[in-house]
Amino acid sequence: MPAEPDATVELCAIDAFAPEIYRVAAAQQELHDTVTLELVPENGARPVFAPGQFNMLYAFGVGEAAISMSGDPTAGGGYVHTVRNVGAVSAAISGLKAGDQIGVRGPFGAGWPVAEAEGSDVVFAAGGLGLAPLRPAIYQVLKHRERYGRVAILFGTRSPGDMLYRQELESWRQRLDIEVDVTVDHADAEWHGNVGVVTGLVRRATFDPADTVAMVCGPEVMMRFTAAALGDTGLAAGSIYLSMERNMKCAIGLCGHCQFGPDFICKDGPVMAYDRIAEIFALREV
Amino acid sequence: MEGLDAILRKLPFFADLTPDQQVLISGCARNHRFDAGQYLFREGDAADEFFIVRHGQVALEIVAPGRTPRVISTLGEDEVVGAAWLVPPYRWMYDARARTLTRAIGIDAACLRGKCDADPALGYDMMKLFLPMLVKQLHSTQLQLLDVYMGH
Amino acid sequence: MPIGDKVCISRQELDALIKAIGAEGYEVVGPTVRDGAIVYDGIGGVADLPEGWTDRQEAGRYRLERRDDDALFGYVVGPHSWKQFLHPARETLWRARKSETGLKIEADDAEVPRYAFFGVRPCEIAAIAIQDKVFLDGPYRDRSYDLRRRDNFIVAINCGEAGGTCFCTSMGTGPKATTGFDLALTELGDGSDHPFLIEIGSAAGDAMLAAISAQAASDAQIVAADAISAHTADNMGRQMETAGLKELLQANLTHKQWDDVAERCLTCGNCTMVCPTCFCTTVEDHSDLAGEVAERVRSWDSCFTMDFSFIHGGSVRPSTGARYRQWMTHKLANWIDQFGTSGCVGCGRCITWCPVGIDITEEAAAIRANPGRVTEDAHGRA
Repeated sequence: MPAEPDATVELCAIDAFAPEIYRVAAAQQELHDTVTLELVPENGARPVFAPGQFNMLYAFGVGEAAISMSGDPTAGGGYVHTVRNVGAVSAAISGLKAGDQIGVRGPFGAGWPVAEAEGSDVVFAAGGLGLAPLRPAIYQVLKHRERYGRVAILFGTRSPGDMLYRQELESWRQRLDIEVDVTVDHADAEWHGNVGVVTGLVRRATFDPADTVAMVCGPEVMMRFTAAALGDTGLAAGSIYLSMERNMKCAIGLCGHCQFGPDFICKDGPVMAYDRIAEIFALREV
Repeated sequence: MEGLDAILRKLPFFADLTPDQQVLISGCARNHRFDAGQYLFREGDAADEFFIVRHGQVALEIVAPGRTPRVISTLGEDEVVGAAWLVPPYRWMYDARARTLTRAIGIDAACLRGKCDADPALGYDMMKLFLPMLVKQLHSTQLQLLDVYMGH
Repeated sequence: MPIGDKVCISRQELDALIKAIGAEGYEVVGPTVRDGAIVYDGIGGVADLPEGWTDRQEAGRYRLERRDDDALFGYVVGPHSWKQFLHPARETLWRARKSETGLKIEADDAEVPRYAFFGVRPCEIAAIAIQDKVFLDGPYRDRSYDLRRRDNFIVAINCGEAGGTCFCTSMGTGPKATTGFDLALTELGDGSDHPFLIEIGSAAGDAMLAAISAQAASDAQIVAADAISAHTADNMGRQMETAGLKELLQANLTHKQWDDVAERCLTCGNCTMVCPTCFCTTVEDHSDLAGEVAERVRSWDSCFTMDFSFIHGGSVRPSTGARYRQWMTHKLANWIDQFGTSGCVGCGRCITWCPVGIDITEEAAAIRANPGRVTEDAHGRA
């Protein structure tokens, strides 16, 4: 017996598995191995996206990689993606130049709780490249600064030479209404800032644990210990949000790869509340 | 030393002590001010006095020949600088240098160790007081060593 | 005739039915003997069916044996399921073409067959319904599955006997088909001229019957068919207690049983290949030597491979125990959170086709018998 036909399904050539063609409008070297690309669609307008969502970027003949948006969702223009060269696909993508074409599928995933955080203090805790997926949320919060209480941006990275968006961090720090605290794991002779892990910044940040939303993004080890440090201040697990990562192939909930317990990172995440995942987050090999 | 007592009482860990213990510690304590660049102690020195930062920033550094000092970590407000005073041979294993103008409480370790030897119950209370902070610092240092940002 | 009505037909008419379905433009697929197993492949008539064959199934064992009658459907399920037709093992999703005018994506316009499945077991109907939920009910529909499924004609067969590894009654999926079919057969095996009872399941099924000659089923024949199903239900090869199973497994992710099964499991992935509901896939990107045409091909994948969970230079689940745990907890527990039903239909294939005879019902029972028995080694809490 055939399945119930759905009138809304178009039996047309292109579906959610197939990329749209975009063009690289600009390519900017951020760090020695990290590039920020601005991508504009060849046809039509760039879709609306929420901070924390991601696209699948397709490099011709090589493959796809899941990369979070790192630009301002309310700005015009294209998608902004910061890409680090860590494998064949990201190498191909980060090697693109202005004028090159690229495939884009998205936007996918659940985003940061920017609206839910209104009325509360906000703590952004970023580790390494984790600052990129958080940046759209930072932009949103700063755009509507009056809707939030105290805002703190805590950033840890490997070394001063690996500091993503350094000028932007410095300009945020210039503002009188947000706290920006930065630390490095390994210092060089010129560095006069904090040396140590980002969890140390959590203790010093000013926020009300009874009324704060924390958004954490970085390597899983960093998120695990930062979430614990935030919890130690009295912040409820339901107020801490992490951006999870797992192997992704389809990004639309049909290939099974990104499962994390009962959740699909591509549609139930990547942003997930810590109370939802705390139990399996503590287990190995889930 | 009335002024010092008031300062000590403001330190979070101090509030957890019994009144007798607070008197004891303040008996071993004195106020310090370090200018930017000044050393709190140097590697190899006798670990006779340790510090609790009131405000400012202290860097723990190791010097290798021919190289500028490498900062291992930085400590700030309410953090304890130095662990070697707890264990023999009571010698510092790195330099501690103020990076900014720093005010700190110095605690006479030799004096405190003497009181602990005389009163083991006090000694155990001191261990319970200082070890958790030091374990936390050790854990943070271990995380630094992991280099979690490499290739991520 | 109205849906729910029952008729009886002869073997000749059954043959005519298969041919009539083919004449309607369907590619008719049904059970047939090949390479020592009963598999699903194109059939042209009754002559292609496994007449007089049965299967003997046990953990890690499958053998065909001759029956002492000429039953056409006297067996249960083999290594194939219908998913290979609805959810192809290998498929080109699209091609990308590079030219002077730029990059272009083209759909793969291969013809999509119209399938009629002849001889679908009730557990398999349940499996198809489960895959319908995965591929058609989510925020994104799987276009390929949708195209193959929308014109599907299903002739079910109610099982005349239970297999050695069957437990459909435990999972509430059989042994009698109640929904999801156009026509449902029961082989009465009474030596009469009209030994096939057919229940009409849809208007399309009713229309198909117009091409053959059938007589209304008598009360005796209906009772006989029901008795066959009841007898089958009483003779299941396995049982699975499902009450609270989701909560039990989700609360026992560090159970010692995962270590025990890890000592036996080869991570060969046979279970995922034969399971009628496993749906995981991977994609490969190929390009031609000139660098002008690239294609993306989707193929079946298994959570038992090291690559499946590869991220940041390594597998998230390097150990065998973790991969077996992923498969079993997905199938019996997480699936319920994701799709509202269990992922298991009790067909027993994973038990039969496991080379070392791991039995999912035994593994579940072992955890149920001893909940909270935590693993002794470091495999567990981070």
